[in-house]
Amino acid sequence: MTPTSPPAITATGLRKSYGDKLVLDGIDFEVPAGRIWSLLGPNGAGKTTLVQILSTLIRPDAGTVQVAGHDLLREPEAVRRAIGVTGQFAAVDELLTGEENLLLMCDLHRLPRQESRRLTAELLDRFELAGDDAKKLAGTYSGGMRRKLDLAMTLVGGPRIIFLDEPTTGLDPRSRRTMWDIIRDLVGDGVTIFLTTQYLEEADELADRIAVLHHGRFVAEGTATELKRLVPGGDIRLTFDSPEQLATAAEALGASDIDEEALSLRVPSEGDMGSMRRVIDRLDRVSVTASSLSMHSPDLDDVFLTLTSQPATTGEKQEAAR
Amino acid sequence: MSTLSLALHDSSTMLRRNLRHATRNPSTLLGSVVMPCVLMLLFVFAFGGTMGNGLGGAAQGIDYVDYLAPGIFLLALTVGAMGTSIAVAVDMTKGIINRFRTMAISRASVLTGHVVGSVIQSMVSIVVVIGIALAVGFRPTAGVLGWLAAFGLMALVSFALTWVAVGFGLLAKTVDSASNMPMILQVLPFLSSTFVPAESMSSGLRWFSENEPFTPITDTLRNLLLDRPVGNDWIIGVAWCLGIALVGYLWSKKLYKRDPRHT
Repeated sequence: MTPTSPPAITATGLRKSYGDKLVLDGIDFEVPAGRIWSLLGPNGAGKTTLVQILSTLIRPDAGTVQVAGHDLLREPEAVRRAIGVTGQFAAVDELLTGEENLLLMCDLHRLPRQESRRLTAELLDRFELAGDDAKKLAGTYSGGMRRKLDLAMTLVGGPRIIFLDEPTTGLDPRSRRTMWDIIRDLVGDGVTIFLTTQYLEEADELADRIAVLHHGRFVAEGTATELKRLVPGGDIRLTFDSPEQLATAAEALGASDIDEEALSLRVPSEGDMGSMRRVIDRLDRVSVTASSLSMHSPDLDDVFLTLTSQPATTGEKQEAAR
Repeated sequence: MSTLSLALHDSSTMLRRNLRHATRNPSTLLGSVVMPCVLMLLFVFAFGGTMGNGLGGAAQGIDYVDYLAPGIFLLALTVGAMGTSIAVAVDMTKGIINRFRTMAISRASVLTGHVVGSVIQSMVSIVVVIGIALAVGFRPTAGVLGWLAAFGLMALVSFALTWVAVGFGLLAKTVDSASNMPMILQVLPFLSSTFVPAESMSSGLRWFSENEPFTPITDTLRNLLLDRPVGNDWIIGVAWCLGIALVGYLWSKKLYKRDPRHT
């Protein structure tokens, strides 16, 4: 990848609605080549719709899109040759074995027989699906195995741009880590990854740039660090053993954010040692000991919740993060 | 490679996939053998005596099993078509179709693979059904040419029914409804001259029976296998098949080109 390589994807004025429901409201963006670009958003934000448009599955109502240097509407075949898609619902053939699924992909990419055998064996090995697993029907695979097979199938054609639509949704933590390692390796090979996720941790772990999609518009775009700067500093949280201790401490610290039921309070902090020391000094002066003390610096959760303040589903989390 | 040879390559890949599915899931194939055979046994052994006598002159002095069996073969084809609808609906409701749609492959190959695969499966099940018919007393007198013509006709019927079944499979929003919609195809043999000649039906039904596709097709197949003159029926039957195939093909193509449903 040279620094001058053209962007993998550029979109301007992209718009899509289903009936009255506006899903994408004229968005513009650019995905640099050879990076992981993550699209973050709550359920129903339009993430999957955007992936479906960029991968030639559905047509936008308006806007121009270039994928791998090809116009999406005029040259869909050229776009399809450059991309690979792994969707939210594993797109494997359940009535074929893992090995047969990969051989099917090889056949559809018109690879010579010997090359197909070699590549299939290599991918089964790389995704830890070799041996007995390779001979089992994909319908009997666990969620994590299916996702791995799905991604392996996507890799058969050697795509330059890979769309990963919520690749770890529903996976256990161990499988998720495995997927992350695989994704990182792909970028090492110079592939561009367009990743959608609802897990902030995932975007923070993997993405070079993150865009937050909310109600069909981008509400923020930048690196994880840049996004974290969008929300004010963190706080120090203290918990006490009795209401009396809580009251004394609250007075000494001048805290207003008090939770009497949980016997806890929070004081704003810049996340440095000095502010922590000041809190402890003041508590010493009134002879109160906190039963627990923790420092909380803003993370992507705070950014996400601030930018997409959604009632109902995220309300509870928002409460906890305040 | 030219566009055509690419399309052929992809279609044969998809065909192999569908035939492999058939071996993994033999219940579909079994179903298209068992149901027609149960009907055949029921009509031949339980009702056959009475039905045969009741046919009178219309049966032209042939055994009831000889009258019935060709219609049963066609019935087996309609049951086979139901399997096609289900297979297409399964493909469309699972993520795999979106993978195919985002690959640089011949788009039609998914459907062609289903159609060719289904016709092959139907022909296999027909051979089994014919074997069972022979075992229960079916005595066709056709020569080699007659058999070839009969198989050609059955393949054509299967081809036509399969395109309609593909359309049902694409139309269905769930796999369950895909298994119900082709029922309409299965009703047609029952209302044709499969079990009794159209002349013996009440006037309204008789009009329907005389003008629906399965009557000329059934009569042609029966006459071919019993080595009797086929008259004009075969032209009407073949025309029906070509018409149904064309309509089914255009309909399926239209449904397949739609954007996938928003999920």
